[in-house]
Amino acid sequence: MPLLQAEDLILGYNSHVIVDRLNFKVEKGDYLCIVGNNGSGKTTLMRTILGLQDPLGGKILFGDGLKKNEIGYLPQQNEIQKDFPASVEEIVLSGCQGRCGLRPFYSSAEKALARENMTKMGIEHLSKKSFFRISGGQKQRVLLARALCATRKVLLLDEPVSGLDPQGTSEMYELIDSLRKEGVTILMISHDIDAALTYSSHILHIGAEVFFGTKDEYLKSRAGKKFLLSKDEEDQ
Amino acid sequence: MIDKLYTYLQYPFVQRALIVGVLIALCSSLLGVTLVLKRFSFIGDGLSHVAFGAMCVATVVGVSNNMLIILPVTILSAIFLLRGGKHVKIKGDAAIAMISVASMAFGYLIMTVCSTSSNLTGDVCTTLFGSMTILTLRVRSVWICFILSILVITVFILFYNKIFAVTFDEDFAVSAGTNADRYNLLLAVVIAVIIVLAMNLCGSLLVSALIIFPALSAMRIFHSFKSVTIFSAVLSVICAFSGMIISILTGTPVGSTIVAVDTGAFLICYLIGLIVRRD
Repeated sequence: MPLLQAEDLILGYNSHVIVDRLNFKVEKGDYLCIVGNNGSGKTTLMRTILGLQDPLGGKILFGDGLKKNEIGYLPQQNEIQKDFPASVEEIVLSGCQGRCGLRPFYSSAEKALARENMTKMGIEHLSKKSFFRISGGQKQRVLLARALCATRKVLLLDEPVSGLDPQGTSEMYELIDSLRKEGVTILMISHDIDAALTYSSHILHIGAEVFFGTKDEYLKSRAGKKFLLSKDEEDQ
Repeated sequence: MIDKLYTYLQYPFVQRALIVGVLIALCSSLLGVTLVLKRFSFIGDGLSHVAFGAMCVATVVGVSNNMLIILPVTILSAIFLLRGGKHVKIKGDAAIAMISVASMAFGYLIMTVCSTSSNLTGDVCTTLFGSMTILTLRVRSVWICFILSILVITVFILFYNKIFAVTFDEDFAVSAGTNADRYNLLLAVVIAVIIVLAMNLCGSLLVSALIIFPALSAMRIFHSFKSVTIFSAVLSVICAFSGMIISILTGTPVGSTIVAVDTGAFLICYLIGLIVRRD
């Protein structure tokens, strides 16, 4: 049984269908890149996987011991967070909230987990710093550490390098890659097709043409060729 | 002047009023950060107008205790605005504006048509701007205020981490298994209780000042959730206490004096923030 399997998934808002009958599966250890043009339904798919909205039809099955709330989520930064008074430590620790249930305070094991993940992301020296005073790359590391507090199984990353400079971008990709080598399954939404082809094992392309398969199959597919061509034209 | 203060402080009802005033100030500052950051500052204002309408109805109906009507009405409106507001066609700001002006209008209308009071203008003015002096805070409401304040503070402490998680990133909290809807509901109820409480101290028009000023002041200087929360609570208590003392000494209205002190404190914090940021 795969970790995650979409069966005839229909995505959209109200009764407006964006993606019709989507099928794909994610096995343990996969690195799946979700690509597609703006408006193709990437964000809707992501929100559906996270359980933030219901699909119009079909279903998402969780298997291999994965529970619905065990997907660590790295969101794009929202408006509220730009001036939210919160220290790095407080944010990382809030990743443990899901496992608290009704317990009001964090246990010392959870605090230790938060510290461990901060060390892993190389941000322990920032722990008392305010979130809105650190750089874009550091912010992403903080949110990644928070996601790791929520789960060690699957990470869902929404445009993890948007707004980062070239160095920050490659550092972020290396960091994600190292997590994958530790056995974390990665789902990543990306505009960056080059990186998708460098790091990923599988590609899910949604839009007018839908493709799901391994990276090599994608390069040979019609959807892949067309998309790569259009991206090349954009770059020139 | 000191003698006057001393004489006043001898009276048990002045002492009680001071204690309750401090507790209310403490409560109202707690959720300020959440309201400001969720872009809900306006909700505080809207709800206080609803509370005004409810107060007018309560006065006309003549129930033994105003709170019995004001509290449930305000709580229901808060739930409607915070939760239902997301799904209905009329969006946030417009819904708040609509509800608040409508309840103001109906409140005043009912008051003028049905009230038998000889001092109608005085009654309305007190509801809008709070008691003229601390001496007119009634003993019965002192006890209710005391109990509700303790309740609000307890709930806030117990749900502090959850409120942080849901305010900072609701989507993440939901994806990690936190029931955000439940905590938004809780927030709505607590906010309503705070508004009704604070109305006793400074009247419905000035309530939101009591809620947002301490948080805004603290955010000038501090940058972690915990330090902002603690500082705004301390600041709110200091401002309310000195406001009440000034009010006793100079005979100015309680509510507006407290808000004036809050405003002054904000300016000071703003300046400190400017200087600290330079480093």
